[in-house]
Amino acid sequence: MLLIHCPYCDETLPEAEFAYAGEAHVDRPADPMALSDDEWAAFLFIRSNPKGVHAERWRHVHGCARFFNAERDTVTDAFVSTYRAGEPRPGTKCSAGAPAGDDMKVAAE
Amino acid sequence: MTMHDTRMPDATVTIEDLAPDARFSLRVGADGRAAASETLGLDLPVRVGDVARGAEERTALCLGPDEWLITAPAEAGGAIARAFADLYDRTPHSLVDVSDREVTVRVTGPEALTLMTIGCPRDLARLAPGRAVRTVFDGATVILWRDAEDTFRMDVWRSFAPFVRDLLEIGRAEIAAGL
Ligand SMILES: [Zn+2]
Repeated sequence: MLLIHCPYCDETLPEAEFAYAGEAHVDRPADPMALSDDEWAAFLFIRSNPKGVHAERWRHVHGCARFFNAERDTVTDAFVSTYRAGEPRPGTKCSAGAPAGDDMKVAAE
Repeated sequence: MTMHDTRMPDATVTIEDLAPDARFSLRVGADGRAAASETLGLDLPVRVGDVARGAEERTALCLGPDEWLITAPAEAGGAIARAFADLYDRTPHSLVDVSDREVTVRVTGPEALTLMTIGCPRDLARLAPGRAVRTVFDGATVILWRDAEDTFRMDVWRSFAPFVRDLLEIGRAEIAAGL
């Protein structure tokens, strides 16, 4: 089972308490009416689906109930970092192959 | 065979249903926390899992950054609801009576921790006595209190309670049988 660090509870906890909630940092267009059908469809349905580090939303549903964001490597399933909703994606830590940050150490405990 | 004889089957862990408490779900933002604490008569804890205890057996458990579970003896619920009703004018918050939503089961004994591990994926050895968390017990959301080293209390949503209760009973029988 994966261990996930909840940035609100500040604890590393079993995956069974969490729910996955799709890709993170997908901005809703400010004015949907200004979009073409193709642009709107891209916002709704097209996701990056990388091989490597992916920024994604999780919810600590059986816990503090908060949504937060995480970077997870889709190849190894290892969590690179987790951070609170609304915070920017960590800049330097997100590149594939970067040395493990503090969150990584916690997640690997 | 002799192994069974050396154990007292029911002494290793005991499962009991507890009498109802008054329970409230409190949601309030950081700027209303002081006013809510004053209304309640205890300081709302801010670390998830911390429990504050006040006069008249009132307790507040921090479930999330803006969410608390308030408990009190059943007959004390009315006074809490009235006190918070007066606060709505000044401080936006939400206080919902959830007393009937859950029932409480207590698990005590030297094997209590072992019994909890049959349904809870957390490392409960790291849950310090006096703290409590919302977690999951074989698929059912529960609030798990560790009252002492060998005493757990679990608030279970009413509709899940028979399932959780039966599962605990199976686990208790297996522990008693030395499995
Ligand atoms: Zn959490």
